[in-house]
Amino acid sequence: MTDFNSIQLQLRHKLLKLYFDANCGHIACSLSCLDLLIALFNQKRTQERVILSKGHAAGALYVMLNHTGEISDEELGTFYQNGTKLSAHPSANSFVNIPFALGSLGHGFSIASGMSQSKKIKASSDFVYVLMSDGETNEGTTWEAAHFAVSNQLDNLIVLIDRNRLQGFGETADILGDTSNPIKWQSMGFHVQEVDGHDLNALETCIQECKLTLNGKPHVIIANTIKGKGVDYMENKMEWHYLPMNEEMYQKALASLEREYHA
Amino acid sequence: MRKEFAAKINSLFASNQDLVFLTGDLGYNALEDIQSAYPNRFINAGVAEQNMVGLAAGLAYEGHPCFVYSIAPFAVYRAYEQIRLDVCIHNHPVCIVGNGGGYGYGIMGATHHATKDLACLSPLPNMICYIPAFAEDVEYCLDQIVERKGPSYLRLGLGIQYPKAITIGPINQVVQAIDKPALTVITQGPVVKNALKAMEGLENVDLFSILTLPILTLSPEILNSIALSKRVLVIEEHVERGGLAEYLLLQLTRAGLKLDSFEALNAKGYPSKTYGNQDFHWKESGLDVENIQHIISKLNS
Repeated sequence: MTDFNSIQLQLRHKLLKLYFDANCGHIACSLSCLDLLIALFNQKRTQERVILSKGHAAGALYVMLNHTGEISDEELGTFYQNGTKLSAHPSANSFVNIPFALGSLGHGFSIASGMSQSKKIKASSDFVYVLMSDGETNEGTTWEAAHFAVSNQLDNLIVLIDRNRLQGFGETADILGDTSNPIKWQSMGFHVQEVDGHDLNALETCIQECKLTLNGKPHVIIANTIKGKGVDYMENKMEWHYLPMNEEMYQKALASLEREYHA
Repeated sequence: MRKEFAAKINSLFASNQDLVFLTGDLGYNALEDIQSAYPNRFINAGVAEQNMVGLAAGLAYEGHPCFVYSIAPFAVYRAYEQIRLDVCIHNHPVCIVGNGGGYGYGIMGATHHATKDLACLSPLPNMICYIPAFAEDVEYCLDQIVERKGPSYLRLGLGIQYPKAITIGPINQVVQAIDKPALTVITQGPVVKNALKAMEGLENVDLFSILTLPILTLSPEILNSIALSKRVLVIEEHVERGGLAEYLLLQLTRAGLKLDSFEALNAKGYPSKTYGNQDFHWKESGLDVENIQHIISKLNS
């Protein structure tokens, strides 16, 4: 079995270093979905694509692609600098596993649905994965795409929702309500699973379950996550959507990771 | 142009197995044959234009050039961010097909008109807007669109047939003065028919119709005509900002052509705050035959 604990720690180290060196924010929302990306990249076939619709978690994708070898250490070191290919939200036309520029919310689900439709036309057995934030399900296009996916029986489409329950300026429940609630997806005709989004074994089981359930229903995995997962002082704190770390905070964050993942 | 469009799409789909057609729940009495002939490649994406353009981008990424069909304002304005981000910056072969560009939907009202569509789309990266003037232009435009394999916009309207044999290409040379032209009239889209009517009997006026924005090329014929006449009248079913007149003026200035006069007739919105058919709105904007005659005679005097 893959040593998930070690990967979770290793990539969180890289992620924190990336954001510390760049002195920038979007740390907590990257930490909340990092485990989802680890699970997806561990399962997907080489030619299959993961669409990171919550593009503000670009750092998580970049360290994942660094781990898989697509982004070199040197390239990763250019994050946030002038002349980089690694902008704060993923940009177009540079890396195979960054097929689209994303960061304006509500785009990735539609794109992934188009890719899934193409697989159907070509009778390909490949899957398409899209990772969204729960705040992103505020967007109207989420519901346009959801209805399309159901009515076109895209059972090769696997939607993961990073349900950390915090969005840009408050708690999701207080803003437009719980737009990623499983009942909504169930009622529309999705194959719905709810899972602890930091339990990699459970996530892998969910993804496998999707691949084995080809009954015309598109899949949604609602992953309950913790914004800032692994860094105690960031966890469930909206402000860590935005804040950069100073040296002291960075050291505290590293210590927190050690406690969480080496215990 | 819907009939010509559907016929050409049918033949393109027969020869190219990758093409996919998406419609935003429109196409009654035009697209039924395509729908029944190619059920796997004809998708009614519902009344959900933003998703439809995102879908097209995903399909195009996977190797399916797409046509995305709706009424022009819905296809362009509602899905603008998807066109800009999902399609254009990645240079995907997606053609936005806007039926009824300009005032084409007439009495349907302002919701159904698109008079700023070219200003919105033509600056986007990799995008070429095709604006057929005559029914026969549609086939030429579609061939170009498929061959080019990039983002495009096809603005359909009610075009007349070619009045006589004319040169097809990025510029339709509709009428050429035998001798030295006193005025060069440059139009875009189906409103060319008003210019043709207004110019009946005039032998010293050149008329050209430009098929694309941005302007892909200014032919030697058009440059020669303007160099001789030094007077240009632009007629476009589009607002003044971001349309043919602005593009043309910039290119002519860069080409170093010295002009004695440059006039433009454009879409003016709803000056009387009343509504009617396309001819009514053309008249409201001064794009009607009578006003064009008046302006031509003023410039030609």
